[in-house]
Amino acid sequence: MSVDVAPLSTRPAPARGPLEGATPDARPTLAVWKFASCDGCQLTLLNCEAELLALADRVQVAYFPEATRAVVAGPYDVSLVEGSITTAEDAERIQQVRAQSGTLVTIGACATAGGIQALRNLADVGELAAAVYPRPDQLAYLARSTPIASHVTVDVQLYGCPIDRGQLLEVLAAVLAGRAPRLPSGSVCAECKRRGTVCVAVADGLACLGPVTRAGCGALCPAHHRGCYGCFGPQDTPNGRSLATVLGEGGMAAVDVERAFRTFATGAEAFRAATAPPIATGASPTDAAAGHGGRP
Amino acid sequence: MSTAPRELTVPMLARVEGEGGMHVVVQDGRAVEVQLRIFEPPRFFEGFLRGRSYLEPPDITARICGICPVAYQFSACLAIEDACGVVVPEELRLLRRLLYCGEWIESHALHVFMLHLPDLLGYDGAIEMAADHRGLVESALRMKRAGNELMTVVGGRSVHPVNVRVGGFHRLPEPAALRALRPMLSAALDDALAAVPLLARQEYPDLEQPHLYVALDAGHGYPLESGAALVTSSGLTVPVSSFGTHIVEHQVGHSHALQGRFDGQPYLVGPLARYSLHFAALSPVAQQVASAAGLGRTCRNPFRSILVRLVELVHALVEALAIIDAWDGAPVAAVPVEPRAAEGHGATEAPRGLLYHRYRIDGSGTILAAQIVPPTAQNQPAIEADLRAVVEANLGLDDEALTRACETAIRTYDPCISCATHFLRLTVDRR
Repeated sequence: MSVDVAPLSTRPAPARGPLEGATPDARPTLAVWKFASCDGCQLTLLNCEAELLALADRVQVAYFPEATRAVVAGPYDVSLVEGSITTAEDAERIQQVRAQSGTLVTIGACATAGGIQALRNLADVGELAAAVYPRPDQLAYLARSTPIASHVTVDVQLYGCPIDRGQLLEVLAAVLAGRAPRLPSGSVCAECKRRGTVCVAVADGLACLGPVTRAGCGALCPAHHRGCYGCFGPQDTPNGRSLATVLGEGGMAAVDVERAFRTFATGAEAFRAATAPPIATGASPTDAAAGHGGRP
Repeated sequence: MSTAPRELTVPMLARVEGEGGMHVVVQDGRAVEVQLRIFEPPRFFEGFLRGRSYLEPPDITARICGICPVAYQFSACLAIEDACGVVVPEELRLLRRLLYCGEWIESHALHVFMLHLPDLLGYDGAIEMAADHRGLVESALRMKRAGNELMTVVGGRSVHPVNVRVGGFHRLPEPAALRALRPMLSAALDDALAAVPLLARQEYPDLEQPHLYVALDAGHGYPLESGAALVTSSGLTVPVSSFGTHIVEHQVGHSHALQGRFDGQPYLVGPLARYSLHFAALSPVAQQVASAAGLGRTCRNPFRSILVRLVELVHALVEALAIIDAWDGAPVAAVPVEPRAAEGHGATEAPRGLLYHRYRIDGSGTILAAQIVPPTAQNQPAIEADLRAVVEANLGLDDEALTRACETAIRTYDPCISCATHFLRLTVDRR
């Protein structure tokens, strides 16, 4: 993990509201926020079936509309943020979330890379709206879908579409213990080797983004005899250009190579640049990978 | 003389998928304005599907909803396969049905016990409910987990499964892995059956609504993973390919969702419609649960939909066990699907109701047009009609109690605002 996480004890505590202390509760507070998304990453928290009640004993679920109508006033020790910023209202709201949050954890491809809705960033969004709605003028939206880290400081990023349940529990456990989370690094390609899966690209000629995609899913797709489709976004040192060239040499049409890199992590610069026209100044396309990182 | 208007506001509706709200204005004893507000930011799926490959909609449209991705994957597969003139072999249809059972089990267990039941027992949510009913919440989590484990074995993971493709699956599940699910599914069935008396003895408000019911007609058992026609409570049978001639979507100012109307009138899809139109197709155990829960062969009370979901949960568990027991493998994981210039239609029964997809593709397999009609958008006019009925029947309640009654009524539909691709806000404005 490239982002350092200060333990809770060393970070300046957000100011408590006047109501705090009326019902003393020593447990750290947890809030779950949604922006433009499918709800799948916050569902992953409810999918921790074996751990959910034990977790609720250790943390106070203070704001989680999908699970409870009870609302405990902020600030919150830990905030999980799902979704990307796609409206002016949400661009304001994320600032309020940041101000109320101790450790802010982004969860999923929408929050970390703009999500699949970032496909609008490469298109004429007005034309997209007109294709879906008879009265696009009644809609409120921004031309671009952007990750949370483009707007506020993010403390921990959890990647994936959806995130991995085990990683979510690890991050929550780490924050509670005041230590840095242990999250996988490297590529899906390396996970496949560790798992002992025969390479679907070499053995079967399937298009696979495993070499450039961040580890974390356990190399699920190759284990199901399909190529990785990159839903965890780019790994820390991806060479997307090189992989795009290899895919093309293997007979994949240019349009299909471009589609492969522009699906679930379109907003991640390293994936966008993999099939973008060469940059005249000679800058390396992989330099742009920093655009996917934690602190803006 | 006109009395002062009453206004109630719930800025964020809790325990629904996605976030949203409601707006109701009451004046002179009438609900003069009732709006379920869907203001979730639009994500334009139907727009950016154009220009993509015909093989991509199962993976792309799954991302519309993390609660029912399998519904999106299979409606997409059916529509593309229809366009290309392919019907998957029976073994693969059954495997799809099995994966879909997993999604129903997960989604219905979540809604019945963690989203809806807290309203009946007087809690803010399942975690609060666990303080007094830990065993009940633990059993709910076991049922939910059984659904997720089934989806993981067949689909690779429970949120956005990776194993589904146009034409079938990427890899067939290991028969031993399927059989290993049996104890967990059997235990979940025991948990569901054990919950019947608790739900049967709750008090449900009297409200009979006359909505037109629409559900898929599978032609093979309870409607779920496929079907060529829709049936209605008015006696119509309509081919899925004629969906667009009967159902027209409208955009209304207070909503980012497009609302559906069937031949011009509001209609309802989902558990109440499926149950009332297809009671005879339920397994005997599910029918016995219905009887024990005090349900007749049809149900027109939205507040009792929790009982209908429990019946469907039992049915899905029984079916999943039956499919696993009879599973004898399949010759191939997927059949080839070659593109051709054509239009295709597909409909399946998402946990919340009918989900329709339509795609037009060219000869190279590039998508030219896409249309997706999710259940919550179809149900929005009926939900608003029910809200009006609830408000007008409960005008004696104070604002807080009436607001809570409205919230409860909305939650009975298990509305999926992420599905409607849009967002909803609840304000009650009494003039």
